[in-house]
Parts: sequence; structure tokens; C-alpha cells
Amino acid sequence: MLVAAGIVFLGAVALLVLARVRRDEPGLPLFGENERANTALVLAFGIAVPVVVLSALFVIANLVLLSDTDAPAADETALTVEVVGHQWWWEANYPESGVRTANEIHIPDRTSVNVVVHSADVIHSFWVPELNRKIDTIPGRTNRVELYAEEPGVYRGQCAEFCGLQHAHMALRVYAEPAADFRRWLTQQAEPARTAGLGGEAALGKRYFMENACAGCHTISGTQAEGTIGPDLTHIASRDTIAADTLENTPANLYRWIQNPQSIKPGDKMPGLGLGARKFHAIVAYLSELR
Amino acid sequence: MAVAVPREGQRRTERLERIWKESSGLLGWLTTVDHKRIGILYFFTSLFFFAAGGVEALLIRTQLIAPNQSTLDPATFNEMMSTHGTTMIFFFVVPMSLGAFGNYLLPLMIGARDMAFPRLNALSYWIFLCAGTFLYVGVFTGNAPNAGWFNYVPLASRTYSPGPGIDFYALSLIFIGISTTAGAINAIVTILKLRAPGMSLNRMPLFCFAFLAVSFALVFALPALTTALVLLELQRMLGFHFYDVVFGGNTLLWQNLFWIFGHPEVYIIILPAFGIATSIIPTFVRRRMVAFPLVALAEILVAFLGFGVWAHHMFAVGLANSTAIYFAAASLVIVIPSGIQLFAWITTILTGTPRFQTPLLWIIGFIIVFILGGLSGITFAAIPFDQQLTDTYYVVAHFHYVIFGAAVFPLIGGIYYWFPKVSGRMYHEGWGKASFWFTFVGMNVTFFPMHILGLAGMPRRDYTYPPDMGWSALNLIETIGSYLLAVGLLSVFVNLAISLFRGERVGNDPWGGDTLEWSTSSPPPEYNYAVIPTVSSPYAMWDREDRERDAELLEQGRKTLEEGHETAASTAVDAEWDEVLDMPSHSPWPPLLALAMAGLFTFVLLERWIAAAIFIGVMLAVLAAWHGGEPQEA
Repeated sequence: MLVAAGIVFLGAVALLVLARVRRDEPGLPLFGENERANTALVLAFGIAVPVVVLSALFVIANLVLLSDTDAPAADETALTVEVVGHQWWWEANYPESGVRTANEIHIPDRTSVNVVVHSADVIHSFWVPELNRKIDTIPGRTNRVELYAEEPGVYRGQCAEFCGLQHAHMALRVYAEPAADFRRWLTQQAEPARTAGLGGEAALGKRYFMENACAGCHTISGTQAEGTIGPDLTHIASRDTIAADTLENTPANLYRWIQNPQSIKPGDKMPGLGLGARKFHAIVAYLSELR
Repeated sequence: MAVAVPREGQRRTERLERIWKESSGLLGWLTTVDHKRIGILYFFTSLFFFAAGGVEALLIRTQLIAPNQSTLDPATFNEMMSTHGTTMIFFFVVPMSLGAFGNYLLPLMIGARDMAFPRLNALSYWIFLCAGTFLYVGVFTGNAPNAGWFNYVPLASRTYSPGPGIDFYALSLIFIGISTTAGAINAIVTILKLRAPGMSLNRMPLFCFAFLAVSFALVFALPALTTALVLLELQRMLGFHFYDVVFGGNTLLWQNLFWIFGHPEVYIIILPAFGIATSIIPTFVRRRMVAFPLVALAEILVAFLGFGVWAHHMFAVGLANSTAIYFAAASLVIVIPSGIQLFAWITTILTGTPRFQTPLLWIIGFIIVFILGGLSGITFAAIPFDQQLTDTYYVVAHFHYVIFGAAVFPLIGGIYYWFPKVSGRMYHEGWGKASFWFTFVGMNVTFFPMHILGLAGMPRRDYTYPPDMGWSALNLIETIGSYLLAVGLLSVFVNLAISLFRGERVGNDPWGGDTLEWSTSSPPPEYNYAVIPTVSSPYAMWDREDRERDAELLEQGRKTLEEGHETAASTAVDAEWDEVLDMPSHSPWPPLLALAMAGLFTFVLLERWIAAAIFIGVMLAVLAAWHGGEPQEA
């Protein structure tokens, strides 16, 4: 396609250059002043050539390639992942195993994965450029797209439909893993959150988490935190990033984030609670234990 | 014409001057119905909005000069990008092309003395000014629209955009829609009914074909937008649920309505540019357009086909494949009329003997960027590519090639071309060429790298981006390009501003132009033509015998219509003499009606329904006064 485009562009520029060179000579080269030759040139390049090229493009792109990259029928795939777009993060559910996570989607490699997308609020667009086309998440509609990773690896994705203040910080990661690794991950994610054997500071952090607004918006399974406004934090410590791929998931970054989320994602739904350094450190200690 | 100033003729032109004279000074500009003065008002007003949209663009580019910048906070960034798009499309390109170029040139090109509805024409302008002011009152009070220029729901609903920014957007677009519709109807009637007798449709300049096509497209496209906006405001202000899925509404209804308008709008933006290109090329290559009937047909076809392709803006919403394939095919078909025009221009230049002066340079620049923008546009008719590239910088690159490069370059070329006609003076050729090269290079440096960024996965409308994506260098280059572009555009208008006072004085026809406007003086008199011109080809100015005949007719006092404020009407197709029209003269009512409408829109915005109703009463009173006291011409 690029080659065809290049030929058209360079051909047209060449004609304009020729016009410059022959600026004092009227008529076409070879044909001279011949109105029929002029019209024939317009018909050839304006109609005949485009009809041939565009028909070829149409068949290849819209008939062959389209069906090759289409979402497969739901019962033909080994795995379904439900992705829900939120302002400004991604919820991911694995209906077969009840796993719920956020912003980091794990899939087995060399497997056709059926991704079903919804929206919780406005229109977003789920897009992992290296794995497939984008698909909009639209309130009241269910859309599907196939994810297929030939090679294991981490693939970055990002919201592609303008969705408000933090559209720029609504990214995600897709981890394509060998099947065995994926199974292990899924089993681990299906467990409820760790409650026993928390360290002293972490236990304190858990109390602060449950006492404050945190629990109103986030879910930590196995605890009384059952909010659904923000990401599920049951296994937050097993993730590589926080705030929809905005920061690397380190204790220092987690502290920065919960202590003043508005300085990192201005306009985000997560408020800075002003609990003071001691409580924030304890909450970070707790979250860091949730592997 | 070789005869020394003939006595009889002079007496007649003096009489016409008295009949057509308007008030002088500021009052004259406020009450004018002269299409040329209205065109000039449109020009300066839309130029102001061009500058505002340009400043917004520079702010956006400055924010994106490097990753993780905070020149603009995300809220301001979203306001700037939304206002930039809205301003450039609705308040710059369309008013500049249809309002300024259309108004000034259409009657001159067809040998008429004014637009068909002169007072409606004035009303269109004053509504445009009020609607633009209305939007910018929002911007300057911190209530700029912030949901993008296509303003998708539910982001644009009260739930997610509670402030009045979206109301400023929606109401200002409904408001200016009235102006644009009136302007388009005026242009249609003018072109179909006021052509000089003899100018049958096949002898009409291609410029007029383009404007006719655009005007029809506007009349049919705008109602879809107005409907979408009215439904949105009913939902936002009165709790209706057209777009609200929770109550059975449909989110995609907005997108369908918007793009049913929005895609024809793309051709509405670009067709006047095609018209300008077909005016400039014959003059500067000194030959007639190749394949004239094909080009005329292609202009009409583009406007028509533009209505059948809207869903290619929506390939990622999850359309059925059969639907998507239909729209992809329709989008490919549009390439053909565009290709015909493109190769007609190139062949005309090739077979002519071109003089590469400033106006033609802009047209050549236009042809080059239009090919690039057209080629990148074809990718969107390939569904898998579209779904990969839509909403990325690749799209931003594409539509700036077509609606900045391809639409605005000819507008600037046209400004240079007709500057001597409007001002009576010549611009500075050296600076004219320099301004072209600055703008051309700046435009390509700004927008070409965006193709690559889009292919590399950078979504549009992000207020910032991470440093480790490999996007930083290209963004820096784009920002530098945008500054260069700003310098280029600025040099265009500095050149013209200085030339307006210092430029060399020119006669009627400095270029050897092909159309009628070059036969009258520069600037033209209020009545345009003392004699309704004789026309026997689309290149009326090159028919020397006809022009000499006009001079004779003036002497004999034939076709001079000097009994009153009059112009000639002819039949729509063959342009046979039909009747003499008594044209209305200057009036204070159009600006007053526009002001009353501004009052109505303001109180609707504030949701003060009683005050709004009072302003409807004021509007009716103004309308009654408008129609009550029609002054009879002597």
C-alpha cells in the first residue's frame, strides 16, 4: 500500500516538476496541444487507475484481512476476558474463574482470547496496538475483540477514545505467558486476599484502610472492603504498575500516589485523604503484603 | 474600451453611484447590505477566529513539546483542543470560505449587483459574529467546551461534564447554524437566479459550481447537527434521555447524527478550496481548465457522495461487518471525483504556460499536500487499518493535511489572488513567496511526523505522554514546526497589512484573469457593474468582444438598470433574461435581530426561561419592523 501511495505521490510531483521545466511550452509533451489527449490523461489517472488500485485494496483489506483479524465466535476460544473501561482505569474479569483484577491482563500465549468489553461510564477504547485493532467500550453495548499473542511478552495498551481529564493516563498492560505460567497466575489471583500473618505495621494499615474512605471505593476480597468505584486491590502487590500504568508499583510510588493522587493524575476520582504520613505508611505496608 | 471616457457613460455611472450609495462611517458598516462590505466583515471576523484557534494550537503544541510537561493542566489542555477544533471548523474555515470569499466574489463572478437576499446576508454575518462572541464569552469566563470538537456523549452529558462549557458549545453551534443555513440558501438562489443573462450553467465558472455544491451540502447536512445539539440540550437542561442508555436512550445516536453532518462538513470545508484552485490555475497558466465538464460534475459528486460515508468515523464502535464494508466501499468511491479534479489541475498546469507567482505557488503547495492527505485518507476505507489508526495521531496528521493544507492553502492563495481586486493595490511578491515557503515547510514539519507517531501508537487528545515511549523527538520536531508555521502565516498577513497602505496601485485586471470580476474597477463600485455583462463562455473576461460590447451598451444606456436599486434575474439553467429585481437597500434591522437572538441564546444558556421568552417577543417585534417599513426606491 505504501509503495502504491509512493508511486502516486512521486508521479504527481514529477508532473508538476515537468510543468515547471516546460513552463514556456504549451501543450503536453509528445501530444502537444490536443484537448482529447488532455481529457484522456484525466480519465486515465482520475478514474481508470484508481478503480483498479482501489478495488484491489478493497478486496484485500475489507474482505480478506477483515475476516482474518475478526473476533472469533465466543465458543471457539479457550478463554474469555471481560474488560470494563472506567474513568480512568481498566477492570478485567475472568468469568470462568471469578478472578477480578485491574490494568494488567494476563493471557496465555499462542491462544485466541475473546475479549468482551463494556463501559462503566463514558466511551473508552480498548487498544493494544501490537495485538489487534482497537474496540470502543460503549455504555449499553457489548463489543468483542480477539487478542492473540504469538510471542510471550508484555504488551502496552492505552485508551484511544477521549474520555475526559485523565485520558492520557489510562494505560494497561497485557502479559502473554506460556500456558503453565498463566494457569499458576490465575490460580493465585483466584485466592482471597491475605489476612493472616500480617506484620505489625501492615495490620495497622489494614485497620486504617477499612476505617477510611479507601474501603468505600476498593474491593479487597475476604475483607469488608467491597467498593467498586476503583480497582480491585486483592492482589495489588502482584502487579507491576499502579494508577493505570502511570507509576511503577514500588512502596515509594504507592506512598506518593495514595498520599496525593491529584498531583499525579489531576482530576482523578481518587481523593487525597490527608490521613498523615504515619497512616499512609501503614496503608502502604498493608497493600505491599497483598501478593 | 479604447474610447476616451464617454460622456453618456459617465453620467450613467454617477447616477448608479447615487442610487447604490450607503451610509458612511461606522453606521454604514452596521447597516450595510452590500455583499462586498459584508464579505469584508466576514473576512476580518473569521480572521480573528483563525488567530484565536491558532493561539490555541500553539498552546497545545507547547504543552506537548516534551513528555510530562505542565504548561497546561489537563483541564485547560482539553479546553484548548476542543475550542481549537470548534473554532477552526465552524468559526474560521466555513465563514471564511462561504462568508468572505462566497459573499465577495459570487455576485461579481456571475455579473450580479448583490446577493439574492441582501438583508438576509447581513443577518447571516451578524449572527455569525454574535455566535462566535457567545462561544468566546464561554472561553474567557473559564467555561470553554472540553469534550472535543465532536463532543461524544455520555462524556458531554451533565453527569460527566457538569459545567456550562458544553452548553456554550452546543448553543453557539445551533446559533451559527442559523447563519450558515441562511448564507447557503442565499448563495444557492444567487447562483441559480442572478447569473448575468447568457451565463447558462455550462458557462458558469467552476468556482461557482463548487460554491453551489457546498451550499446544497450545508442545507442538507446542518439539520442533522442541529438535531443532535437540540437533543443534547434537551437532555442536559430539561432531563430528556435521548442519549442516556439507563433510560433506553442510545449513545451512538449522537455519533450517527454528528457524522451524518460531520463527513459532508469535510467536503464543505474543502470544496471552496477546489473552487479557488480552479479560479487561480487558468489565470496563471494562461489556458482554460482541462476537462471542464468532468470537473464540474466531480465537484457536485463529491458533495453528494460525502453524505454516504459517515460511519467510517465509527469503525471502532462495533458495527456489523456488512455495515462497515458498505461504508468502506462508499468511502473509496469518493476518491474518484477527487482524482478527476486533481489530475485536471495537474494536466492544466502541465499543458499551460505557468507563471509561478504567489497565488499559483499556494495552489501547487495545496496540490502536493492534498495528494498526501488524500492518500492517507484512503487508509481509513480499509477497515482493519482504520480500526488500528483511528483516534491516533495518524488521523490528526491526515485531517490537518486535508483541512489545513488542502483547504486553507487555497484560501490564502485566493487572498493573495483577489487582494488587488478588493484593495486596489498589489501585495509584495517577494514576501508573498517567502510566506508560502515558511508556511509550506512549517506545515509539513508540524504534521508529517504525526503520521509516524500514530503508527507508533500515540493516541490523540492526550495532554501528555510518558518519556519512555520513543515519541519525544518527533513531538519536539512538530512543536518547532508549528512555530515556523505561525511565522509563515503571520508573514502573510503582515505583508497584506502593509500592502494595503503602501502597495503599488493596480488597474482592473493585474493578472489577465479569466472571470468577470476582473472587468470592473479595483475595488469594485457599490453596484459592481454599470452594465449587466454579456457572457458567452466560462472565461468571460477572456472574451474581449463581449467586454467591448459592455462598454458600448453603457454608452447606449442598455442593460444598465439605472431606474432604481436593481439587478437582473435570469432563468436557472439557460440564464435567459427573466426579470428586473428591485433590491432592498441598507437596513438597521439585521444586526438588531441578531442581537435579539443573542439575548435569547444567552438566557437559554442561563436557563432563565421567562427572559428567554421575552427575547423571542423582541425578535418577533424586530422582524415585524423589518418587514413593516420596506423603503420604496425612487
